[in-house]
Amino acid sequence: MAIPTDARFLAIGVYFGFVLMKGEVVSWYRIQEMFRFDSFHMYGVIGTAVLVAAIAVWALRRFGARSVDGRPIVTEPMPGGWRRYAGGGLLFGVGWALTGACPGPIAALVGAGLWPFTVVFASAWLGTLCYGLLETRLPH
Amino acid sequence: MDLLDLLRGPWPWFVAGPAIGLVVPILLVFGGRRFGLSSSYRHLCAIANVPASYFRYDGRRQGGWNLLLVAGIAIGGLLGGVVLGDPEPLRVAEATARALEALGVSVDGGFVPASIFSWEGLGTPAGFVAVVVGGFLVGFGARWAKGCTSGHAIMGLAELQPASAIAVAGFFAGGLAATHLLWPALLGGP
Repeated sequence: MAIPTDARFLAIGVYFGFVLMKGEVVSWYRIQEMFRFDSFHMYGVIGTAVLVAAIAVWALRRFGARSVDGRPIVTEPMPGGWRRYAGGGLLFGVGWALTGACPGPIAALVGAGLWPFTVVFASAWLGTLCYGLLETRLPH
Repeated sequence: MDLLDLLRGPWPWFVAGPAIGLVVPILLVFGGRRFGLSSSYRHLCAIANVPASYFRYDGRRQGGWNLLLVAGIAIGGLLGGVVLGDPEPLRVAEATARALEALGVSVDGGFVPASIFSWEGLGTPAGFVAVVVGGFLVGFGARWAKGCTSGHAIMGLAELQPASAIAVAGFFAGGLAATHLLWPALLGGP
């Protein structure tokens, strides 16, 4: 039988969205605590998330694991250069501290019925569109 | 305390963090995909046929999985925030609560301050900048940096990618500047 459809991605998303709500990662206040160094919570969340992901990625490579549809699991190196990462990273960070949300939490908050985040979503889409139009004129 | 209470209440960092990290291997093994969420906006531009070479590809075909992931996150938000929502008001670290009160933002028990993130708040300068300008910078910055918190801070750092370390340093520097310079200016204005 063929691997069932892309519904698996929907299921993984449901899991991730649920965890984002329960970890309160979606909270503007938690992001403020982080950038004010007043709570360990977000540092603990991001730190352990990276640690678990790093160990898992290492183990999958070490044992030559493949995905269920047979693809090898490989690292795709990011393009070189630093300007895009520094410039884009800075702008993204300002947006993160203003909205208190990055793309995952934006979707979770829309789902939780916090309607102003539909406007955040639309603005992020517009920002993406403008980047696409300006791409060739920006340093990378 | 039954299982439902455990599901409802807020999770400490040592539960939520590993649970988030596990998304990376789950997505690699069961989806054959690298974790990342901000390209979903690019796929939506491609599907909308925005006239730029950056968006000239089959968004549905290449990005369908990513858009389903984001749709799932919204459903997860509904389940975690409403259906199995925490009945207790959100607690905030005392020092942050005091600093925010001094700027006129109260801790109202919700995930986000209603005075800023509401239709009324959107009409104030601070609310407009937070929602509209903030959202724009999230989208623009993520594409320029080639990734957001999921793609760089989680996936990229887990792979020890130098580019992701630069991007995450940028996220943090930008966030510090916005928190300590921009927010006070927006809220404490004349």
